[in-house]
Amino acid sequence: MNTDPIIWLTIFVLAIFVGVEVISKVSSTLHTPLMSGANAIHGVILIGAILVAGTAQSTPILVLGLIAVILASINMVGGFVVTDRMLVMFSRPKRALQKSERRELEP
Amino acid sequence: MTLVWAQLGYLAAAVCFIVALKGLSSPKTARRGNLIGAAGAVLACVIVFLVSDIQHLLPILAAVAVGTAIGVLGAYRVQMTQMPQLVALFNGVGGGAAAIVAFIELIELSAGTAGVFDLIATAFTILVGSVSFAGSVVTFLKLQELMTTRPVVFAGYPILYGLGLLAALGFTVGLVLMPSLIFAVLLAAVGAGLGVLLVLPVGGADVPIVISLLNAFTGLTVAASGYLLGNILLLVAGTLVGSAGTLLTRLMANAMGRSLINILFGALKGGSTLGATTVSDRPVKSAGPADVAILLAYAQRVIIVPGYGLAVAQAQHTLRQLVDLLQERGAQVDYAIHPVAGRMPGHMNVLLAEAQVPYEQLKEMDEIDPEFKQADVALVIGANDVVNPAAETTPGAPIYGMPILHANQARQVVFMKRSMRPGFAGIENELLYQPSTTLLFGDAKDTMSKLLAELKALTV
Repeated sequence: MNTDPIIWLTIFVLAIFVGVEVISKVSSTLHTPLMSGANAIHGVILIGAILVAGTAQSTPILVLGLIAVILASINMVGGFVVTDRMLVMFSRPKRALQKSERRELEP
Repeated sequence: MTLVWAQLGYLAAAVCFIVALKGLSSPKTARRGNLIGAAGAVLACVIVFLVSDIQHLLPILAAVAVGTAIGVLGAYRVQMTQMPQLVALFNGVGGGAAAIVAFIELIELSAGTAGVFDLIATAFTILVGSVSFAGSVVTFLKLQELMTTRPVVFAGYPILYGLGLLAALGFTVGLVLMPSLIFAVLLAAVGAGLGVLLVLPVGGADVPIVISLLNAFTGLTVAASGYLLGNILLLVAGTLVGSAGTLLTRLMANAMGRSLINILFGALKGGSTLGATTVSDRPVKSAGPADVAILLAYAQRVIIVPGYGLAVAQAQHTLRQLVDLLQERGAQVDYAIHPVAGRMPGHMNVLLAEAQVPYEQLKEMDEIDPEFKQADVALVIGANDVVNPAAETTPGAPIYGMPILHANQARQVVFMKRSMRPGFAGIENELLYQPSTTLLFGDAKDTMSKLLAELKALTV
């Protein structure tokens, strides 16, 4: 299946350096959203889960695969949504602020 | 071989993830970065449905819908104060999903001839995915205070841990030599045990650092499963999260002035029983809202030290009104934000931003700390560990070595507290007994409203 492990190793090592480089200058204010965003990104295991569920040959394996699909979509979708919720608070313009404040006070 | 345009699509998704991480590390671009990441993830999912020969389409789509609904509901329902727990749970289910994927792959692999690298990747994914899943569950229980937030250690812990690691190594070798499901199940069980053991000795205040570490672990399992499935996108995305997450964990630990080893295993050295849970009956000076209002009314320089208790009581909005009033009266007011105030680094910024506190009033620790000497009043609200001098004076205390805000140097210190209970780290705070300290007991929101009313009465 994997023709040459060396190619995969090369990609792996290069990706390590990219991962370290891109976030090396993060301010401490953003530690939490960054963790949450990175958490959402590894939710792409969803495509792995879809692949194994989609090629399942027996019912028990299909069920296992579907469980993996559910878990992975929780990770991916929930992760991105909650990160966005956090970040909205950093960057809301004034008017939007007041509107949402009113909404919060109502219930 | 997968189609070329699909490969290009995966490459585009991988680039999206890199841009997303880059964007997330700067306040101006953070939100856009996150959306770009989400777009990359959606793109990847569309591609997998289009190019791969996916059977059982309906059940799979239904499963995606169920997971999406749970994720969205969870993300919208959660209180901002409970967000660290939610991130831990999301991370845990991701690790669980990766472990299941590897498990299924193993069933398919064991039917044919599997390469050594494939089997190692399988073992790694099952083991570390289980560590991440079980560890995340324990972090959730700790943060939700469903179990003790204090470090849990017991006699024989290091031996058990060592045995666990040996067993993990043994089962990995076993699985590579003889690809059978028994070894996979054993690996998952050992992984879960190691995950629990990893988090147990970590004190409540340090748990978020562990979430970040487990996040990196999950990233690596996703990378390994990418190799297993022959999917480059999974490899790249997982590796990015693995390496960025590891660095982030170190940055977070640095912000607390601690080493990761100390956070993970510090409790094993036995210092953590210090200060235990004894609520002492030493005399303290307490006052009512009226007295504190007078104190504040005459202050020119006020520094507010907000903590998790403030957010739990949902008193941020009332606090902002109080600060506005103080500023109208001509006082200079700032918020001193400790890097780990709240439950996670940067958490307090999120909580105060939710209450629409202007960004300029939030001062980071290095900037504000020297100013406590000139402050008339330091108002500590629902915070404890971040101003606890024990971090400097008591070697062996769980927070020893953590940089603190020197609220004790202000002319007057007002502590708003629910009770004399020690903070999240479970250590008594000397500052409470200092002669310049006044305690104002009660629920933060309730007390804050009374304080605001008193101050308004003085202003008119």
